[in-house]
Amino acid sequence: MNTILVALRRDLLLAARRRSEVVTALFFFVVVVSLFPLGIGPEPAMLRRIGPGVLWVAALLATLLGLPRLFASDHADGTLEQMALSPRPFALLVAGKIAAHWLLCGLPLVLLAPLLGLQFNLNPGELQVLMLALLLGTPVLSLIGAIGAALTLGVRGGGTLLALLVLPLYVPTLIFGAGAVEAQSAGLGSSAQLSILGALLALAVFFAPWATTAALRIAIE
Amino acid sequence: MMEKTSASPWMRYASPATFYPLAGKLQPWFAGLAALLTIAGLWIGFFVAPTDATQGEGYRIIFVHVPASWMSMVIYCAMAFWAGIGLAFNTRLSSMMASALAPTGAIFALLSLVTGSLWGKPMWGTWWVWDARLTSELILFFLYLGFLALQAAIEDPKRADRAGAVLALVGVVNVPIIYFSVKWWNTLHQGATISMTKSPSMAMTMLWGMLLMALAFWMYSIAVALARVRNIILERERHADWVRGAVENA
Repeated sequence: MNTILVALRRDLLLAARRRSEVVTALFFFVVVVSLFPLGIGPEPAMLRRIGPGVLWVAALLATLLGLPRLFASDHADGTLEQMALSPRPFALLVAGKIAAHWLLCGLPLVLLAPLLGLQFNLNPGELQVLMLALLLGTPVLSLIGAIGAALTLGVRGGGTLLALLVLPLYVPTLIFGAGAVEAQSAGLGSSAQLSILGALLALAVFFAPWATTAALRIAIE
Repeated sequence: MMEKTSASPWMRYASPATFYPLAGKLQPWFAGLAALLTIAGLWIGFFVAPTDATQGEGYRIIFVHVPASWMSMVIYCAMAFWAGIGLAFNTRLSSMMASALAPTGAIFALLSLVTGSLWGKPMWGTWWVWDARLTSELILFFLYLGFLALQAAIEDPKRADRAGAVLALVGVVNVPIIYFSVKWWNTLHQGATISMTKSPSMAMTMLWGMLLMALAFWMYSIAVALARVRNIILERERHADWVRGAVENA
């Protein structure tokens, strides 16, 4: 646990020194979400219908934006190699870095989503479910994304490649995340979708750091 | 197979140098079988199988469509299997096998999508329906593209193999999750559209045609994978003496 916290603290500190990167991803989220009403039209009923999906897709893209940086700078200056060599378990250090990525890229989206949801005419109950779904879903995005980031580390055209690798794997999270809000607005209750999101999170927490570590070891060999 | 010195005889063929000639010998057989089975399957499909009562002649595309989608899934599993073996035991040939299978799998996924939409036009009146199977096939196609793109982007073949293996394994864990989530999503969104699971009683000849075509696609995939793996072996092992010998003798 201590190992995770060490890596987490370090990444948060580094991010605090370079705040613009985090703010950029957040701003991207806001801009992408705001473009949809401009492209589709301002009818409230329609916006309410597409709102959850739009917010979720924008969240996927915003998470993706921060992923290439997850390991790149540590790889460039050799920190990553030192982490792999250190006596502390590498997988836990990696888990700490992923947790930091979520705190920096995922959590702000969760907190900002209700505000944007208001623009899409969602009611308080739906906003609550939206936040809960994002709270469960965005860590999954960070965890799966980390595998992709590790695989494309130091590869030519890594950023676009990363999107190609990771986005298909985001499909279940998107379906159940957006589905939770839709079920809520249809009056069906969202507990089924939220439970599945929780299950996806549990699976990802267990497997993703391990797969990411394997991929990182391949990259730095 | 009669090698006495080796602990397990079949392991002998894990070496590219011994597998290369074996693959060369096997490949024409599989290719021939593929051709024969395709002719038989298409003959049944076009001339023997009866016209479908509800769908007319248009249904005959299932003789290509269904086996192609089966094949695309089977090949993904086979690819992940070989990639996993390559990652676990560090056997070069297994990883080469995985790279050799990927393009064939991607082509079958694409074929299944194209034939699916060709079928959809007369049946549903649109080229594309967000049907659960079509959608998950599309995502499977994306997964193949990701694997191919990742392997193409990494120059060092060893790293490309191992990175591809991790991706294939992550993908194979996700394929069932994706399939069920898409299915679930589909049932939520399309209450009353036509489902692809059609006529409850499929004529025996139709089933035979489909099975023959499926077998033909199996043989084709094996033949093509063997041909491709031979090329990969030559390319990767070009510094070895036996390769020079093999190329000069050929």
